[in-house]
Amino acid sequence: MSEASPVTTHGTELSLGADWADATYPVMLVDPSGVITRRNPAAARLFPDAVAGARLADVVPEWLADAQGQLGSPQPSGDGQDGSRTFRGQVGERSFEAHASGRDDGSVMWRLVDVTDRSRAEEALVREQDRFAFVVETSDELLTSLNVDRCMETTARLAAKYLADAASVVVVTASGKLSVATAGRASELTRTTIDADLAAVPGLRQALRGYPPVAPRRMDPSSVPDWLLPRRLTGEVRVALIVPLPGHGMPAGALVLWQHDDGPRVVSADETLLRLFAARAGAALAAARMYAEQVSITAALMRDLLPPQLHRLNGVEFAGGYRASRPSELIGGDFYDVYPGSGQGQETFVVLGDVCGKGLEAAVLTGKIRNTLHALAPMAADHQRILELLNSALVSSHHSLFATLVLGTVARSGDRVQARVTSAGHLPPLIVRTDGEVQEADTHGDLVGVMPTVTATTATVELMPGETCLLYTDGLTEARGGPVGSEEFGEQRLRRALSECAGLGAEATVERIQVLTSDWVGRGNHDDMAVVAITAPRTASAAAGAVQPRAGEGL
Amino acid sequence: MTADPRQALSTGGYAPGTLRQQLWDAVTRRDEDAATTAALTALDHGVDAEVMLLDVVAPVQRQVGTEWAANRISVAQEHAATSINDRVIAAVARHPVSRTEPRFGRVIVACVDGEWHAMPARLLAEVLRLRGWAVDFLGAQVPAPHLVAHIHQTGPDVVALSSSIPTRLPIAHAVITACQAAGAPVLVGGAAFGRDGRYARLLGADAWAPDARAAGDQMAAGIERRRRSPSTYEPVDDLPHLADEEHARVSRSASDLVKRTMTSLDEHFPAMRTYTEQQRQHTAEDIAHIVDFLATALYVDDDDLFTTFITWTADILTARGVPARSLHLGLDLLAGQLPDFPRANRILGAGRRRFDEHLADSGPSPG
Repeated sequence: MSEASPVTTHGTELSLGADWADATYPVMLVDPSGVITRRNPAAARLFPDAVAGARLADVVPEWLADAQGQLGSPQPSGDGQDGSRTFRGQVGERSFEAHASGRDDGSVMWRLVDVTDRSRAEEALVREQDRFAFVVETSDELLTSLNVDRCMETTARLAAKYLADAASVVVVTASGKLSVATAGRASELTRTTIDADLAAVPGLRQALRGYPPVAPRRMDPSSVPDWLLPRRLTGEVRVALIVPLPGHGMPAGALVLWQHDDGPRVVSADETLLRLFAARAGAALAAARMYAEQVSITAALMRDLLPPQLHRLNGVEFAGGYRASRPSELIGGDFYDVYPGSGQGQETFVVLGDVCGKGLEAAVLTGKIRNTLHALAPMAADHQRILELLNSALVSSHHSLFATLVLGTVARSGDRVQARVTSAGHLPPLIVRTDGEVQEADTHGDLVGVMPTVTATTATVELMPGETCLLYTDGLTEARGGPVGSEEFGEQRLRRALSECAGLGAEATVERIQVLTSDWVGRGNHDDMAVVAITAPRTASAAAGAVQPRAGEGL
Repeated sequence: MTADPRQALSTGGYAPGTLRQQLWDAVTRRDEDAATTAALTALDHGVDAEVMLLDVVAPVQRQVGTEWAANRISVAQEHAATSINDRVIAAVARHPVSRTEPRFGRVIVACVDGEWHAMPARLLAEVLRLRGWAVDFLGAQVPAPHLVAHIHQTGPDVVALSSSIPTRLPIAHAVITACQAAGAPVLVGGAAFGRDGRYARLLGADAWAPDARAAGDQMAAGIERRRRSPSTYEPVDDLPHLADEEHARVSRSASDLVKRTMTSLDEHFPAMRTYTEQQRQHTAEDIAHIVDFLATALYVDDDDLFTTFITWTADILTARGVPARSLHLGLDLLAGQLPDFPRANRILGAGRRRFDEHLADSGPSPG
């Protein structure tokens, strides 16, 4: 304890001296020549050789000796508020902060503070922050896309960023081929689909088969086929780790991690994180694949339910427009079809209708009616007969299914178009004359599917060149909205709009009506809206391809 | 396609100016055959397909809009002209010179929901196809759920969104965010985003292009996704001013505002009492437009959006012989109904000032 005796040179040091001896942290006083002049018991315990008279550099670790040497240089970093300077280093197993304070006589007082626990906590925090960032980025990126290719790319990119020097993701496609995405830390993403033999890569085959369950395992990098390796790898691959990506009941794919050396980036060091990543990536891939399968099933089922694209047929312009009541659905309870006739006179059969109900269920019912009408199309000349047959089919079916519809039989005659239209409980078609006059076709009848019999009257309509006959559903006229809100679009507005469409042609007329009604409803709710325009082509040249010879033109 | 393709033209008879005149004449005559024949003949004689689309069809289509604004053609004629131009584009796309194998990635081209002007998007789609992209053109007014479903199905490298009407900007914002959340970077274009693309940046688009050529160039250079973490990012972060709820309240009560303004107009504007039902309808629609633009200006917090619309409307009304003075009155009456809306009043005030300056600039006072 003699080293801790009171300092006598300075008054201030006398009082400090008392603290010295009691201080729980090591304190040493070093003179300008680097020789220790005093130390307290804590310092003696830490540095047993640091007795008074010893050179500091001989008895302390190198970093502290270097620190003593640096004190002469005007390096400001690490300066404390009191003019002291701080250094960090290890003494044995523990971490210390060494604070140096210069004194008036040129000597230095070193105080050492044990920061081992704090450093460990800080390191652990940084590690946790890294893990958190990785987990957040993984979730963010993998949750965004339901596209299999994009999910593969994202998985490869994230793995190459966080887990290894490069990564490859392998997925077996529906046709049994291998789809491969690769990414390196610096190299770009690549994607290939190949027809390769998995037997050449046994570890991969097991990971992709998923049975029996396999853990991440190393494989011999020298046995890796070229198609599995990321392009432009800088340096030799020393470690290759195959990680199965678990899916919904079956593997979603496999991840291969590539490493140039045995360094700390090899993820086996943190298996929890690797498993977590594999689980997330596998789930994302499996969801994307399931989505793709569902989409293709839906598309196959929907194909026949979608409203058909209309175009010119037998010298008559046809155009159709459809807007389902729900924006996320493409189909609903309204429908239209056009069947080109093949018989003499080439009559075209047009039908537009509205089935009770809304949404997908109604759309499935329209499918049944449309199929029936398709079968009845050859009888297009006899609307009454078609309605009777359809009615009895609906009445006898186990669905409580009824519909309103308009039938039309259309044929070119010279430069005019003759149409016979029949309404079965539906809004009668409107006819737009060249001068802008709008007329209603004189047809009315019962809706189908309710009563044992139906009756309807048929109107004959003649369209001069440029004139249009418009079939539409009540979704159009009953659309609520407008500038003051909740007002019906109404038949008057429709007639006025049509009047402005005089001579416009089928396609432009349909588009104009759709724009007006869509703007009218704005973001409000509406029913399904369907519209079909039948137009006699306007000019002789525009009617090229008409079945009637030019000689037949004229009155 | 890197060099300026306009220089490729040598034959004077097929210079863009001459072709524009031919197409314009055919379109005004509503002669579809003449229009497509002119285009196809020019392609046969070596005119570049991109030049045909962007230096012939696009300017003619712009001219159609200008003629409509000046009341020289009707809405119906505008539709007819547009539909002929559509046929011309289809014919150009089918011509052998347009046959291009996709060699770049995949892009979806679509119009924002509620946007019917599909022509700019269609031109872009064809130009990108010519430049070697696999293009999915989804057409006019694509609801956001359809667009997102399509992104998941095809995994495009870029989604190109078009909007010409500024009042679709709030919807455009939602669509941009939805596309980005589905992992696709979004390039936007069209008049709605401002001449300098300011609203594109404001609404968080990854890129903006002033025209189809620039869009093609940017796509070739690559469009980076602005990576914003969906865990922490909210679309409203871009628009802190929405916190005052003025936009939400104005757009929610839009029809009431229109109704009350109509009633006030009846009191303050005697000429209204002699209006026919259809004239009243038009007036109500005009006021609804003003409210719609006011709501949009509140959304992006930009006076210019509103003042540009006001001067445009004044010209449209004047061209149709409608007294533009009623517009000024409409703005006054609207402001009177929004006493507790400081931002709305600022915007309406800017609109009135710009309106007065505009009338002073354009000569004799109408009305």
